[in-house]
Amino acid sequence: MLNISKLHASVEDKEILKGLDLVVKPGEVHAIMGPNGSGKSTLGHVLSGREGYEVTGGTVDYFGQNLLELETEERAREGLFLAFQYPVEIPGVSNMEFLKASLDAQRAHEGKEPIDAVSFMKQARELCKKVNLDQQFLKRGVNEGFSGGEKKRNEIMQMMLLQPKVCILDETDSGLDIDALQVVAEGVNSLRSPERSFIVVTHYQRLLNYIEPDFVHVLSGGKIVKSGDKSLALELEAKGYGWLGADVA
Amino acid sequence: MNYLEAIKNQSESLQAATPEWMHAIQARGRALWSAQTWPGKKTEAWRYTSLVKVEKTLASAQTGKAAGFEAAVAENTLQFKEALQVVIVDGRVQSVPDTLPEGLQLAAFSNLAEADQRSVAEKLGTVVETEKHLFAVQSESLLSEGLYIKAKKNAAVSVPIYLVFIGSQAANFRVFADLEQSASLTLVEHYLSLESEQEQQLENTCTEFSLADNSQLNHYRLNMQAESALHVGGVHAALAKHARLNSFYLAFGTALTRIDAGVKHVGEGSHTNMYGVYLPRNNQHVDFHTNLEHCVPHTTSEEVFRGIVGDSARAVFNGRIHIYPQAQKTHAQLSNKNLLTSNKAEVDTKPELEIYANDVQCAHGATVAQLEEKSLHYLRTRGISEEEARVMLSFGFINELIEQLELEAIRDYLRPILAKRFARSSELSQHLL
Repeated sequence: MLNISKLHASVEDKEILKGLDLVVKPGEVHAIMGPNGSGKSTLGHVLSGREGYEVTGGTVDYFGQNLLELETEERAREGLFLAFQYPVEIPGVSNMEFLKASLDAQRAHEGKEPIDAVSFMKQARELCKKVNLDQQFLKRGVNEGFSGGEKKRNEIMQMMLLQPKVCILDETDSGLDIDALQVVAEGVNSLRSPERSFIVVTHYQRLLNYIEPDFVHVLSGGKIVKSGDKSLALELEAKGYGWLGADVA
Repeated sequence: MNYLEAIKNQSESLQAATPEWMHAIQARGRALWSAQTWPGKKTEAWRYTSLVKVEKTLASAQTGKAAGFEAAVAENTLQFKEALQVVIVDGRVQSVPDTLPEGLQLAAFSNLAEADQRSVAEKLGTVVETEKHLFAVQSESLLSEGLYIKAKKNAAVSVPIYLVFIGSQAANFRVFADLEQSASLTLVEHYLSLESEQEQQLENTCTEFSLADNSQLNHYRLNMQAESALHVGGVHAALAKHARLNSFYLAFGTALTRIDAGVKHVGEGSHTNMYGVYLPRNNQHVDFHTNLEHCVPHTTSEEVFRGIVGDSARAVFNGRIHIYPQAQKTHAQLSNKNLLTSNKAEVDTKPELEIYANDVQCAHGATVAQLEEKSLHYLRTRGISEEEARVMLSFGFINELIEQLELEAIRDYLRPILAKRFARSSELSQHLL
């Protein structure tokens, strides 16, 4: 479903990704770990089509389409979801308005009418419960004044609402206490299915105790330098990144 | 004949048509007017705003007979559960509510009892420093009608006073609101217009508020006139001990909108909250000159103005804070944020701080920017089109201030109007309505 091949990408003329390869098949959970500055967050930005992240080489095939040709919103409507490390605050626009606009955009893409307000509210309230957010958060500005944990739970709620095919979690565990981490992990686990895949980008092994990966990759110097199963994550936790060799920063 | 002369002549000819008590005020205005030099580019207060369009109007006498104003009132006004509505057409008061709440006085200048005439004559011009404001001078010179509002001691008037101004041509109007000790009042000034083919509308309203100890005024001024309208004028308030003024300004933008908003904190413990929004587009021009004066110790103010300027429009914001030498422990905050949505749009923003006391807290900031890339990106990663994302972010930028307004009727009224304002099609605003 997602085939990344020899991906090179630059930010402000500085090359960050230097030939990254990754193949993700339906139902798989891939963890990407790596030291700071290895390009972990860049991968999420590039796949979501963020301005300023220039792809200078390689290909990304997404369900037979060239993902890099699609606009950011088209990627999203085709089922690619990025949970942000730092979700953006948008005061003055309520979370509810934002969520409905997102869902309606996806529905329109599928040839469906906008969801009616009553069904939407019912669904939104149920999702609030699932991620343990008070319903008041629907009325508040998007992420406005939310704590770190509330923002991440809001990201998971959006994921649940949009039911994406590929979910990229960009350091979703950063800044979370153990309770919030569990809520987030439970949300992700409830979405696991044979059709849906996850790329979990994280610095620490901790999150992987809750979201069990099928594969663990080490990203360093802009490419994947080692891949393995979940035991690799434990090894990294015990030994750090240094033992992987001189090419690992 | 030039504009200065035309106004002088018009002022002189007003005498026959206006009550006697106004004559001395008109004469005082005329004397100041004669001493005026017409502002040009080098006049600091008018540096970014040209008065060429005003000169061309050669203001004619007001008629108060704009045809079809009833429809404009019916279609465009706010839906209050209850309000004391006064319709003012081209500077003429159409009617004043018969029954008023306890402790409230509300009367047209043309209909004042003799004792009140004297009192209003004494009060007019005591809050505004007339000689410092060109159009306050013009307003005195052309004084012919106005509205006097008085909330008596301890009167808590819960029903809003709603002034609907309908303009189609020249209009010159005064408002004076007098809040006695511990009185409270809500006043809405709402400016609408009928497009007039013969003449460009020039409307000048000079509003004064006198707030006695512990009184509170919630004031809204919504300028939503036709594109061709010229609107000048000001709002000037004086706050005694522990008085509180909450004010909100909205200017959509017209050929020229210039509003001078001034507050003098003359009593300790007085506080002003001043919020404002301006949204000019096409070739519109909006100019806010605000001036918050802290004259005594322990007074506070919070001022927030935001603007979105599109197309070839221009906005001017001049925010002055003046802290007198004796006004220790003043807290004053001023923020002005602007979004430019076109590369031909222009904003001239100038915070102007004059602080003569040493133990004060004064913060100010002004920004001019475009929509944030990271916010646009975030919305787009959720499938929202770039165009809809722009509408949502523009709306949010303004709505952040709107949703803090006290009056629900105003929030409900403005919300859809604002959502549509930023959207070229109804689909783009559907999620904000």
